[in-house]
Order: sequence, then structure tokens, then C-alpha cells
Amino acid sequence: MAKRDESSELLRELVAHLRQNRTQLREEWVGRISETRLLTAMTKEEIFAEATSVYDSYVEALETETFEALQAYARNLSERIIPRGVETHEVVGIVLLLRDVLARSLFAKYQTDFKKLNRILDAYEPAANRIANTVAVGFVQERERVIRQQQEAIRELSTPVLQVRERLLILPIIGVIDPQRARQLTEQLLRGIRTNRAKVVVIDITGVAAMDVTVANHLVQTVEASRLLGATVIVTGLSPEIAQTLVTIGVDLGKMNTVGDLQGGIEQAERLLGYKVMALAEPS
Amino acid sequence: MTISSDQDIVLARQKGRSLALELGFSSGDATLIATAISELARNIVSYAIKGEVALKGIQGSNRVGILVIASDNGPGIPDIRQALRDGFSTSGSLGLGLPGVRRLMDEFEIVSKPGQGTTIGVKKWRP
Amino acid sequence: MEVPILKQGAVLIATFQAALSDADLNQLRSALVQQVVRFRSRGVIVDVTAMDVMDSFASRTLREIAHMIRLRGAETVIVGIQPEVAFAMVQLGLTLEGVATALDLEEGLAYLNQKFKTTK
Repeated sequence: MAKRDESSELLRELVAHLRQNRTQLREEWVGRISETRLLTAMTKEEIFAEATSVYDSYVEALETETFEALQAYARNLSERIIPRGVETHEVVGIVLLLRDVLARSLFAKYQTDFKKLNRILDAYEPAANRIANTVAVGFVQERERVIRQQQEAIRELSTPVLQVRERLLILPIIGVIDPQRARQLTEQLLRGIRTNRAKVVVIDITGVAAMDVTVANHLVQTVEASRLLGATVIVTGLSPEIAQTLVTIGVDLGKMNTVGDLQGGIEQAERLLGYKVMALAEPS
Repeated sequence: MTISSDQDIVLARQKGRSLALELGFSSGDATLIATAISELARNIVSYAIKGEVALKGIQGSNRVGILVIASDNGPGIPDIRQALRDGFSTSGSLGLGLPGVRRLMDEFEIVSKPGQGTTIGVKKWRP
Repeated sequence: MEVPILKQGAVLIATFQAALSDADLNQLRSALVQQVVRFRSRGVIVDVTAMDVMDSFASRTLREIAHMIRLRGAETVIVGIQPEVAFAMVQLGLTLEGVATALDLEEGLAYLNQKFKTTK
């Protein structure tokens, strides 16, 4: 207990010192940042502005010994600087620099009283390390979130569900399909069938070079799930290799509606849809 | 929760869905999880008459998931390998129960002794 | 929970509620078959829009309903399967093979009317 109180008292003294010398220490820190060529994607003014906020949050975290505010700030900072291309090592680098600059100022202040210096450092180091950790983790988490978001966006773009006519959807699949993308593609198509009230779907896989068993299974499941929603699926552009894979996993190609190319598939789809139109117009 | 009637099956899958949503699963995944729970609970009712289903949020390294454990003291499964093959059934159902559940979830574990009962644990991770 | 069955001309419409137990499903099956006979219905629409889980039992019951009703000379169409439910069903290997499906009630009615015309 006594130890903890003492450490808090020392931290208070430390915080007072950092507040008093804020201008000078901040300047020194910014100098070190540009010396070490960190944050090169940012202008001098930007670095100075961010450094000021980081410095103040840093001191505040030391003072309150709570890290939530700093964590929120780190996330917010990361959100702003990640699109600028700031890297993880830079963020970790500047926080470590600040730790060093502050530690050196403590050396300077207490150089005549080694005992006190030691005690001050005992209080300062764990807190400083925790701060460095908090900021680094915050940055990495934010980066991971951004990456996930981008992957999501790329996947959305690469599986467009197109409505060409009323009640007719086309799903051209291009490139490599992994199970995750296959799953997303299916979900998107099924939702598309519902929102567009589609009756016929043409899935064109001309642009798919290879398909492993898992993905082939997925294609079959997509066809079956679409039927459960009341839509007929026509698969076009089936290469002999993929046809072979489908047969290998036990798909009855006779039951699957396949047409050589996309053009033929659309024609058949229109026949399917047109049949209905004629029948409804009949009774006059 | 105890599973001993078809009402309990409905209850178990409803609880599973809401826990999955609480854990941050998409509603598509929550449907897969609820469907798997329904199948597992149904196996209990039709083969063992009475058993338990436990649901739990789990924390893996870096990810969140859901764990479903279905256990009973029923007759057990004599040949697990065969039971996991598509098209196998002993009670005249569609016979797709276990392989289907396995496809719905990410991880699947089964322990069964004839005459002593069956415990099936399945996990799904949030992508 | 009993499933309401609505009579609309030559068509019977059964609307599922969310949490149907096996007993409810069995009850629905017998009620539908009885009413098809009683009203000489030509078509049955089973609306499952509200179903958030379709497991093997529900799926098998739907198939049985369709087959039994076909034996009585009428057509069945299942409507309103939700995209997520359809995805879970195919993962389980439940494809309702041999049973007609349609997007919703409107599509189901259009399908049956079409059928009635061609088989008159």
C-alpha cells in the first residue's frame, strides 16, 4: 500500500515536471522525430500538432493512471494517419522516442540525487511501457480493421450481381474463388434474388480458370439454394476441367442447367421468362 | 439446458441464435448455428429421449466463437465413422444429421460409447 | 401453436409462424391433407416466410406434405424461404427435391394458376 502511494506521489511530481517543461520537451521530441525520419508522409505542422496531442494524452495517462482516454486517442490518431500510409514501426518509433526524451529530462533533473532518480524511474518506466503498448496495440488493431474493410470492399467489387432484365440476374464470376469468397458470392446472389424478385439467374464462370472440390460443391449449393427461393439457375462457361471436377464430386450435370456460353445462357433465360409472359397473355 | 421434448428443440435453437447475435455473428451465421443446434437437439430427442445442450461464447487467440455441446446418456453410436458419412441413418430420418452439422460449423468433435451415451461438441468462429 | 389455413378459391394457404415444434408440423400435415380432400382444393401454398430455421425434420415434413397432397391430385408450392435459411438448408443437404418453390405468396399463386391452366 505504502509503496503504491509513494509511486503515485512520484508520478505526480513527474507530471508536474512534464507540464512545466512541456514546450521544450515537445520541441526536442519533434526534433528527434524528424531526425530519425519518422512520419515522413506528414508535414512539419501536422507532426507538431499530433505531437502536441500525443504529449498531452501521454502526460494525462501518467497522471490519471488510466489508459482508456489514451486508447481512444490512439485509435482516432490511427484512423487519421493510416490512410496517409503511416507504418506500424513509425508509430511505435515515435512513442519510444518520447519515452526516451522524457527519461533523459529526468536524468538531467535528478542527476544530483541518484536515489530519487531511481525511484522516479521505477514509477515512470512501467507506466511509460504500458503507454507505448497501448498506442502500438491501438494502431495495429485499427490497421487490421482497415485491412479487413478493404478486403471486404474488394470482394464486393469482384462479385457483382447484375440485373439485365426484369427478373433476370447475371453473376459473372472472374478470377480465383476461395471458400470465403464463394460463400460471400452465394449470400449476395441469394439476397439479390429476393430484392430483385429474380426468376432466372445466369452464373457465368467463363472467367474461372480452376475450381477445387470445395468451391465446386459451393457452386452446386448455390444452384440448389437459388431454387429454394424459386429461381432457376443457368450455369454458363463451364470449362471441361471444371465439368470434370463437378462429375468427380458426384454432381449430375444432367440435372444442372448448363449452357455453353453467356450469350446462349441469356437467350435461354429469356425463353424461360418469355414463356411465362406468353402464357399470361393467352386468355383473351 | 435440458432437452427432452420437441418444444425444447425450438427453445434451444432460439437461445443459440440470440447468443450468436450477441457474440457478433452475422445473421447468416446465426442461422447456420441455430440450424446446427436444432439438428443436435433433435438427435437427442429421437435417439436418447433426454439430454443436455450447453451454449457458450468462447475466446480463441484473436477471435471469438461459439461452442455448442450436446450430450446424452442414450444408446450411443456404434460406428461413428459410418454415422459421419452422408446418407447414413438409423431412425429413418433423412440421415444427414451429423455430416450436415459438421458442414454448418467449423469444428466438430464427437465421443460416443455404445450403451453409455454420446457427447458432440461443435464450434463456429466469427470470421 | 396451430398453423392457420386459409381457403382462397381452389387454393389452400398455410402460413407458418416462427417457432413451430415437431408436433405443430405433424398437426399441419394432417390438417392440410384433410382440408384438401374436404374442399377439393387444387393447390396448396405453404408460406414459410417467418421460419428462421428449417432443419431436417421441417424439411422432411414439407416434402411429405407435398407428396401426400399430390396423391390427392393437388399441387403444392413452398414459398418464402429466406436466403439465409436456404443457405443453411443446402449445407445440411436439404434441397426439397421434387417440391415446387416460389419467392413469395404472389409468385406461388402465379405458379399454381399457370399449372391449373396447363392441366385443365
